[in-house]
Amino acid sequence: MTVGLFIPCYVNQFYPNAAIATLQLLKKLGVDVVYPVSQTCCGQPMANSGFEYLSQECNNHFIDHFSPFDYIVAPSASCVLHIKEHLHSPKNEVEAFNIRNKIYELVEFLTDILRVQKLEATFPHKVGLHHSCHGLRGLHLSQMSELNAPAFSKPELLLNMVQGLEQVMLDRQDECCGFGGTFCVAEEAVSVKMGKDRVTDHAKNGAEYITSSDMSCLMHLEGILHRNNSNIKVVHIAEILNNSL
Amino acid sequence: MTFQNSRERILEAVLKNQPELQAVPDISMFRGSHENAVQKYLDVFKSIGGAVFLVDGISSARTLIREQFDITKRIVTTLPFLNDIAEVISPDIDPHTYEDAELAVIKAHFAVAENGAAWFTEEVMGQRIIPYICQHIAVIVDAESIVPTLHEAYEKIGTGDYGFGAFIGGPSKTADIEQALVLGAHGPLTMTVFIIQ
Amino acid sequence: MKDAGSKDHAALAAAFNKDEEHVDWHDGALWFIREKRDIASKNIPEWEQLREAASAIKSNVISNLHTYLLQFEANLTKNGIQVHWASNAEEHNEIVYSILKSKEINQMVKSKSMLTEECHLNEYLEERGIEVINSDLGEYIQQIDNEPPSHIVLPCIHKRKEEIGELFHVHLGTEKGLSDPTLLTRVARKHLRNIFLTRRAALTGVNFAVAETGEYVVCTNEGNADMGAHLSDVQIASMGLEKIIPQKKHLGVFLRLLARSATGQPITIYSSHFKKPRKGQEMHLILVDAGRTTQLGRTDFKDALKCIKCGACMNTCPVYRKSGGLSYHNTISGPIGAILAPNLDMEKHADLPYASTLCGSCSNVCPVKINIHEQLYKWRQVIVKEGYATHTKALGMKAMAWTLSSPGSFNTAGKAGRWVLKNVPFIANNKFNPWYRQRDMPDSPKESFTVWYEKNKKDDLSK
Repeated sequence: MTVGLFIPCYVNQFYPNAAIATLQLLKKLGVDVVYPVSQTCCGQPMANSGFEYLSQECNNHFIDHFSPFDYIVAPSASCVLHIKEHLHSPKNEVEAFNIRNKIYELVEFLTDILRVQKLEATFPHKVGLHHSCHGLRGLHLSQMSELNAPAFSKPELLLNMVQGLEQVMLDRQDECCGFGGTFCVAEEAVSVKMGKDRVTDHAKNGAEYITSSDMSCLMHLEGILHRNNSNIKVVHIAEILNNSL
Repeated sequence: MTFQNSRERILEAVLKNQPELQAVPDISMFRGSHENAVQKYLDVFKSIGGAVFLVDGISSARTLIREQFDITKRIVTTLPFLNDIAEVISPDIDPHTYEDAELAVIKAHFAVAENGAAWFTEEVMGQRIIPYICQHIAVIVDAESIVPTLHEAYEKIGTGDYGFGAFIGGPSKTADIEQALVLGAHGPLTMTVFIIQ
Repeated sequence: MKDAGSKDHAALAAAFNKDEEHVDWHDGALWFIREKRDIASKNIPEWEQLREAASAIKSNVISNLHTYLLQFEANLTKNGIQVHWASNAEEHNEIVYSILKSKEINQMVKSKSMLTEECHLNEYLEERGIEVINSDLGEYIQQIDNEPPSHIVLPCIHKRKEEIGELFHVHLGTEKGLSDPTLLTRVARKHLRNIFLTRRAALTGVNFAVAETGEYVVCTNEGNADMGAHLSDVQIASMGLEKIIPQKKHLGVFLRLLARSATGQPITIYSSHFKKPRKGQEMHLILVDAGRTTQLGRTDFKDALKCIKCGACMNTCPVYRKSGGLSYHNTISGPIGAILAPNLDMEKHADLPYASTLCGSCSNVCPVKINIHEQLYKWRQVIVKEGYATHTKALGMKAMAWTLSSPGSFNTAGKAGRWVLKNVPFIANNKFNPWYRQRDMPDSPKESFTVWYEKNKKDDLSK
């Protein structure tokens, strides 16, 4: 099994440690991982702003780079959901279909494909889990609080395998953080207020770290934490799952 | 006034734009359990701000009404057995004349355990305005008439012919000012149900 | 009527956020209702199947509307209710006016009806010398403040009790400073009771209209629709075409969902089934199109017509809770308003589908399973295609698309971007970048992942 590693553009540029942790974690678990270095972007920033028609070049580029692999894995629920829902190709729809079906967000790849039962990871801290909306309501990584349906949580399943980690319970278990792509600048006031309120929930319940399977949510929350000189840090879930003392 | 062309224009646009026919789904699987229906009703009705008494017969209800309400004020009813304390509602007089009714006592066709509501048609109301205009409302419900959910309720109503019918599930209420619950918005301030076993 | 002017959602929301304590209160009050909705829905084991059924019934309605409209009309006529058809708001208002005029009525009481808000009926009638009083407490408060409702179920949820107390002081002569909700409600009860008793005409909205029987159902908690209707000589009901349901038994499904979704109550206090006029009374029903047949023809958006106006999507929406209903500058606010409004006026409402993070919570609470967040995404595509996106947004997007789709320029831009952030913070870190106003940028790492990978790929990375 060969996995193509898809690292979202902003993670590549701003959060290389999340990408490195993803790569190392997959290698530790014995996966053959290849990172196509000239990959770019999934096209979500344009599409979510209404410019899906401009994202065809991104789509073609994505298909060219990731067709050869058995699976595609990315440490970003949001980008994965975008590919799953919106990657199309008028000239190669069969390949586009294949890609939509073989792309996985890291957490679900670990729980559903690798069926990881234990991890050699240690993270002796109080951690608040932020569910990214695209991971939660798009990829169904956990049960959604709105539904009358049995509870489950793939990220919690993995966090429970980490030694020393104590998960804090939040007042609002799966409220959106307000990042929302271009929403974060177009609706600055509401975006920041939403982020501040999420941060307050984590702080109030004793979190030292906020983790998530989406770095974009964390970038937004980190921006607010820094500005307010908070001691709380953000960390991508891959970095926790790959962490050893 | 009618816009004759509008009717045709609207119907034509609907016909042109409506999508391919989708079947009406079967809803017959939705059924509640009759088990503990009376207890469920009691719990639910209390939780929505109603008062409820389980009584062994109509005379106990009458005694309780005498105790619970100011019977020196105007009490109206459709139930002949209360004619010693209440006047019988006339279906033919001006509804405005019931403006000073303190208490109305009427009998429901049946009640619904899951939501505390009782079903009335205008015949059992005396007049349509009665259950809304009175300051307090008291309702008689036969225990065996309580159905578990609205599905059984509508089965019971069938296509029954009435001019006006209503589910009433508690005293009127509002929370429009800062979400603070206030009982007694425009309709009755209280609702009391007597379940006759 | 107070007007939002030409400001868009972002600007109005920013203004709303100037009073953070008020935003916290608003957010908390609506979240509390969302929590009550969760509890109520989780008490019904078959909740998700009910939503499925309700959605499927509405799919049938949308697909068979022509037949149901004719059936409903025939049954209404048989029941003695006069039927009117209105293509648009003007026709609707003209019909109401002509009914009142023929009876020489110049005062009317009205219970909650979003449709008549949409049609601006009150203003229309007032210009013609007819006084209309809204009888729902929240709508009455909004009316005396000359403001539209900010929420379809809780019209004045954006107001604090002190503001309402002041309005009552000015309009109803209550003591200055009185703000106790119970006392204010008692004052309104007394005042409006007199209105009910003296108005010969009453107008109500319609929650559900049953094609099979020609009756319609109106749901209230306050009893105001009934107080108006049963004391009137002339009763008028205004409804959008989409309110039809096939059979009476389907009410079981919808009434189980409606109040639980709206407020967490097991049922609204009053669910009134109007079928025939009272002896000596006249009843009219107006069927209104006003854009609905156009929406019906939009394949991606027709399902918005399934809406039963419970308001659950507003209560759950974090953007709504933190921006207030009036920032949507449309009668129907929140997520559902944002997918209905562009159908009526795409230019005016081009901002609304963007007033969302696409978090998807709205679709999950919707009792008729409207794919609200997917429609928001799709409206954005339509708005851009039809040329209603702002010019600067379009240019920025084209540049971004070009950068992100070509690896050469992407890496250059990435490097350049990092260099700027790292070395010239005062350029990026300035007040013109909205990100920076209240947030810091991420620390700039010394190298990108790609650069790191090129250096380290030969090593055994599993260690």
